[in-house]
Amino acid sequence: MKLKILSAALGAVAFGAVSSASAATLDDIKAKGFVQCGVSQGLAGFSNPDDKGNWTGLDVDLCRGVAAAVFGSGDKVKFTPLSAKERFTALQSGEIDILSRNTTWTMSRDTQLGLNFAGVNYYDGQGFMVRKELKVSSALELSGASVCTNTGTTTELNVADYFRSNKLDYEIVAFEKADEVVSAYDAGRCDVFTTDQSGLAAQRLKLTNPADHVVLPEIISKEPLGPVVRQGDDQWFNIVKWVHNAMINAEELGVTQANVGEMMGSDNPAIKRLLGTEGAFGEKLGLGNDWAANVIKAVGNYGETFERNVGPNTQLKLPRGVNSLWSKGGLQYAPPIR
Amino acid sequence: MAVQEVTSAQEAPKVALFNDPKIRSWIFQIVLIAVIAWALWGMISNAAINLEKQGIAGGFGFLSNEAGFAINFSPFIDYSETSSYGTVFGVGLQNTLVIAFFGIFFATILGFALGVARLSTNWIINRMAYVYVEVLRNIPLLLQIFIWYKGVLALLPTPKNSIDMGVFGAMNVKAYFAPKPVFAEGAGSVAIALLVAIIISVLVAKWAKKRQMATGQRFPVLWTVLGLIFLLPLITYFIVGQPLSFEYPTVGRFGPRGGMPVPPEFTALLLALTTYTATFIAEIVRAGILAVSRGQTEASYALGLRPGQTLRLNIIPQAMRVIIPPLTSQYLNLTKNSSLAVAIAYPDLTSVFAGTALNQTGQAVEILLMTMITYLALSIITSMFMNWYNAKMSLVER
Repeated sequence: MKLKILSAALGAVAFGAVSSASAATLDDIKAKGFVQCGVSQGLAGFSNPDDKGNWTGLDVDLCRGVAAAVFGSGDKVKFTPLSAKERFTALQSGEIDILSRNTTWTMSRDTQLGLNFAGVNYYDGQGFMVRKELKVSSALELSGASVCTNTGTTTELNVADYFRSNKLDYEIVAFEKADEVVSAYDAGRCDVFTTDQSGLAAQRLKLTNPADHVVLPEIISKEPLGPVVRQGDDQWFNIVKWVHNAMINAEELGVTQANVGEMMGSDNPAIKRLLGTEGAFGEKLGLGNDWAANVIKAVGNYGETFERNVGPNTQLKLPRGVNSLWSKGGLQYAPPIR
Repeated sequence: MAVQEVTSAQEAPKVALFNDPKIRSWIFQIVLIAVIAWALWGMISNAAINLEKQGIAGGFGFLSNEAGFAINFSPFIDYSETSSYGTVFGVGLQNTLVIAFFGIFFATILGFALGVARLSTNWIINRMAYVYVEVLRNIPLLLQIFIWYKGVLALLPTPKNSIDMGVFGAMNVKAYFAPKPVFAEGAGSVAIALLVAIIISVLVAKWAKKRQMATGQRFPVLWTVLGLIFLLPLITYFIVGQPLSFEYPTVGRFGPRGGMPVPPEFTALLLALTTYTATFIAEIVRAGILAVSRGQTEASYALGLRPGQTLRLNIIPQAMRVIIPPLTSQYLNLTKNSSLAVAIAYPDLTSVFAGTALNQTGQAVEILLMTMITYLALSIITSMFMNWYNAKMSLVER
């Protein structure tokens, strides 16, 4: 799979088959009838197939939202599971239209890979998980430990920085697939499992005895996770960016999946602009004016997708924390639609 | 006679240049080269243009940038997080070479033993070798790597209950902590003694062969050489005051530490590559021995050679001519198969350079090109060596 993508990419660059970068992604998508979305290979709460094979999760909902904005239906989307290593190549080569795979927004990725980050879907930070029986209470006690992580991630770089700057001795064991990391940690190959805090909460569910493990209090990095698109197609970039913004604005304005129908008749000008009953904001994106209404009908507002996929009532039990709306002390803030 | 022919050719009626076979073949070859060069140039410039259009940074400048990530296995090259991507390439290449070297070494020994066992007249040995070969060569290698890694090595005890093997170090699920040799002052003279012993051995062997050719008298070369190679360094070792000691792992908070840890990823990959490739080598060896006609054995016996001598002096040297070319392919296969390391986190060239480095830098075209050229070079060097060896072993007619 990986080789296929890489060689496809090589072939594409070498033989000039890359037209997607400059051409209108939206037209291509409309022609083929669905959005191709790159997701993880199974990370509970973010992108994970359920027992019927339907993809669910926070990252998946964003893709469904984009599909709803384009086609009016959140089902017109196909998912490509990708390892951390494959993800950027898959996007660069045009195999996928949008990468929504708990991917950290960093400067080098934004500036060197020919990609654009369209916002922050989840504000995260890297943490450590260890066995309770080791009686470790702080990451600073981890000198001499083996640390399991994923290759090709910011995690791998952060952990190197952290242990080096704190003069701690360690051994890194880096796997390509997330599931390999979990099983190696579970088998005792490593003393420490490190990834984003949300990832720890999700992967913990795959361990033999989740209760035997504890997440250490240190958060050693900023990990703003968000959707990524190819550079050079501003229209498509804008669509993804504004689908995300519309979901946040909808939460702020109290528009939910349940009440979006009756909100269509609202007098509030902000809601009217969001739902397309006033102005022609959708047209300027190359979409219908009811684009945002379709997004909310399909997946709900940002708060709803959060609660449904990763919130306190799910297996992950993640608090809303910094991902609350700005008006509630969090960081989620969207520019206004006007 | 010859002169006449030349003159008659010169006198032949002039043909059109294009119809001259010599010139025609030149023209075709030049055209072919031009087409290939044009296609290559087209691919390269097209790639460069497309990469630029996509806004992807290019070039090999990244090789001197700081890598920033750690690698857990680097036996010879000094590597830290502050090392460059160029060093990452070196470490990956080193790890590929290390696994290939040990894999080829052990697979050859095991393969030869199995190949001979397959021809044994002892029914049990013969059948056991047969079952081994048929089972292991028919299971995909990747699966075998996983079996060794997850089914065998992952079941070793936890760090707290490590198996303490005394002078051989300790072992647990995290690694095999071998005792680490620490060389004190004077260790160099032992190495020099070994080198001297080897040089003397070669000279002795040459002299003995010459003497046997001249006089027919034999000299006990094997015992002399063994004695030289073992005793000379050993005596030096004691004279200079035993300059070698071992550092043993100590028990820390997370189990044993120190010594010379051999990660289970290395062990699993080595076991899988060795046991898998050995099956193919066994079949090659068996075929090679069977290719030597029965008459050779009978002739040897008729000359009064014992069975051991027959095998060593007559059968094996002839079988080697059949064995070496396909053996080369197996060595190449093993080297290339070592890239399956990527599945179990052994930091070989594919995993750490074409994997981690590619992802952190995004320089897919440059990195994959470098990796492919490196594997190509490794394969070509191996075949060149084996071809040289093959030529040396081939039938010399006197």
